[in-house]
Amino acid sequence: MSDTAIREKTTKTVEIDSHAMNFGPQHPAAHGVLRLILEMDGEVVERADPHIGLLHRGTEKLMEYRTYLQNVPYFDRLDYVSPMAQEHCYSMAVEKLLGITVPERAEWIRTMFCEITRILNHLLNVTSFALDAGALTPSLWGYEEREKLMEFHEAASGARMHANYVRPGGVNRDLPAGLDERILAWCDDFPNYLNDLEGLLTNNRIWKQRTVNIGVVSAEEALAWGFSGPNLRASGVPWDLRRAQPYAKYNDVAFQVPVSRNGDCYDRYLMRVAEMRESVKIIQQCIAKMKPGPVRIQDNKFTPPKRAEMKRSMEALIHHFKLFTEGFHVPAGATYTTVEAPKGEFGVYLIADGTNRPYRCKIRATGFSHLQAMDKMAHGHMLADAVAIIGSIDLVFGEIDR
Amino acid sequence: MGFFTTILGQIILRLLETLAVLVPLLILVAYATYAERKALAAIQLRKGPNVVGPFGLWQPFADAIKMVMKETIIPTGANRALFIMAPMITFGLAMTAWAVVPTGNHLAVADINVGILYLFAISSLGVYGIIIAGWASNSKYAFLGALRSAAQMVSYEVSIGFVMVSVLLCVGSLNLNDIVLAQNGLWFCIPLFPMFIVFFISGLAECNRAPFDLPEGESEIVAGFFVEYSAMSFAMFFLGEYANMILMSGMTTILFLGGWMSPLPFVPFTLIPGPIWFIAKICFVMFMFFWVRATFPRFRYDQLMRLGWKVFLPLSLLWMVITAGALVAFGWLPHA
Repeated sequence: MSDTAIREKTTKTVEIDSHAMNFGPQHPAAHGVLRLILEMDGEVVERADPHIGLLHRGTEKLMEYRTYLQNVPYFDRLDYVSPMAQEHCYSMAVEKLLGITVPERAEWIRTMFCEITRILNHLLNVTSFALDAGALTPSLWGYEEREKLMEFHEAASGARMHANYVRPGGVNRDLPAGLDERILAWCDDFPNYLNDLEGLLTNNRIWKQRTVNIGVVSAEEALAWGFSGPNLRASGVPWDLRRAQPYAKYNDVAFQVPVSRNGDCYDRYLMRVAEMRESVKIIQQCIAKMKPGPVRIQDNKFTPPKRAEMKRSMEALIHHFKLFTEGFHVPAGATYTTVEAPKGEFGVYLIADGTNRPYRCKIRATGFSHLQAMDKMAHGHMLADAVAIIGSIDLVFGEIDR
Repeated sequence: MGFFTTILGQIILRLLETLAVLVPLLILVAYATYAERKALAAIQLRKGPNVVGPFGLWQPFADAIKMVMKETIIPTGANRALFIMAPMITFGLAMTAWAVVPTGNHLAVADINVGILYLFAISSLGVYGIIIAGWASNSKYAFLGALRSAAQMVSYEVSIGFVMVSVLLCVGSLNLNDIVLAQNGLWFCIPLFPMFIVFFISGLAECNRAPFDLPEGESEIVAGFFVEYSAMSFAMFFLGEYANMILMSGMTTILFLGGWMSPLPFVPFTLIPGPIWFIAKICFVMFMFFWVRATFPRFRYDQLMRLGWKVFLPLSLLWMVITAGALVAFGWLPHA
């Protein structure tokens, strides 16, 4: 048989009666710069093809040309909704390679800010998810609460968003006086906001119609697609790195890990609300258990000496000079360090070659694996559901595109 | 008096009457946008427009001037004539409907005896503006929006029709003035309460308002059928939409809330002129529109259809039969 004859026998012409819709990157529900090619049959999504890379900044490559300390701010700019959790992960990776331990108080501050960051993240996600589903008010209420949290960020680090607060060896500086009382007062107040939020959404019939049984992911599928964090727990897998391999002070605080069973958009929403309530408890415990003490490792190889000391100590001056010209050297080795970032497992695979700069840093972006399941989740649902699914899996493109 | 009986005089008189309705209406429309922004802002812990003029009161005018000054962009591939025509249809129809609306006792530009049919016909025509806009824009988002809108408006018109029939059975007239007068003492929102709710919700759907704002579903199809519109053509859609909202509030007021009549039929309240009561009631219904928008998420397309055809249609049909039965059984039929 000739080639053409074989081709005619083995292939068949299929009439495709669908139209492609270009969803994003300039789209109100694209959560940044998601470009989604939707093959639609009327309003029903046949295929969802996410295109990424529109926010690619080459973070991982840039990091190879900067010292370990200079790399910290890059982590703020990955998932810009939960900056401190990522700084924390990177700092932990560097500390592991250096073999240093962090002072007690710094660990408490880190744990507390990780949870503040978690609330910051979940607030934005839950409320913008509601906004995607057409509920306008929760997001504006949420911004009010986020504003207060950002003020805590600002009080501690001087920056509202890109904190650059957690550093290898501790945190940048101690909490300002009075901040703990302000945070505690906020902790008492915040559950009321959550009640209001849930009053608008949780038992709202329209909200339930829009989210229940939409984008269902079973436990097996969630694991197969590499889900983590609230999205994984919504599918019924009780896996939380804070519990599974406790880091910082998570061993010393009591908290629950909410797990749900259905793996739909509604459960993912419930997970996040429940986690916010737990985070408040963790924050309160952190403040209660925190004792005064140093917040950075007392080793001038990693921590710049005090100003006053530099005026009289030659050694201090040398340390200062070395730290701010070439930074510290990290012994050769590799580590994969993960934390339970608000969105899920955030990991840093860091290879050091003994110099003052990382040889390679591979970042495990949480949203990447969630986004890859987009086609699986959106198939057969309607356009409006695709929007709800995007909202429910909590995407931030700073992190996915890196 | 001689001049106003001549044909020319009659024409001038009609024009003046029309102006007397349209000018306050347009001002009301402009301030409806302001009121919505303020109401939403209050619910959402914001301030809303507060910079232009005292309490931001000149904001609607600032917006209008901005809209007029902007460049009208007609996309390549769009059908120019239809593209420009569509907002005019929407806006024109929204204005035309007000010809029969009585703001006081026999205070309408045209006090015709089929007023309610006229209103029904005009509001049904409104879908043409949207369909034409969606088609002429030559854009997928606009097209989807137009299709959604057409399906939605047609579906909810059916139940609105049955609600109107129930009211008509109780009144025995198609004249809007008679409908209001028939509610003297007992507003129809009390005996026909389920129909009042059905009408209000269908009204939301008919005006493409949240939670039925699928045709323009911002997070799905961006702005829906008017995504390609800019400047004055956009403004006309916008104004038309708000005029329709006011019209729907007006219809709710006339059919269920006793039109221009005072809610309390004794002296200090009955002294207030009818049009003021009428506008006050419209404002109340409008506020309900805003309130709903701030509270609820958006329906999905198929859920909206299901609600329209499987819930509201049987409910309004059933209630119509019950109303008719009750009227006959108890001998309450008007003109019987």
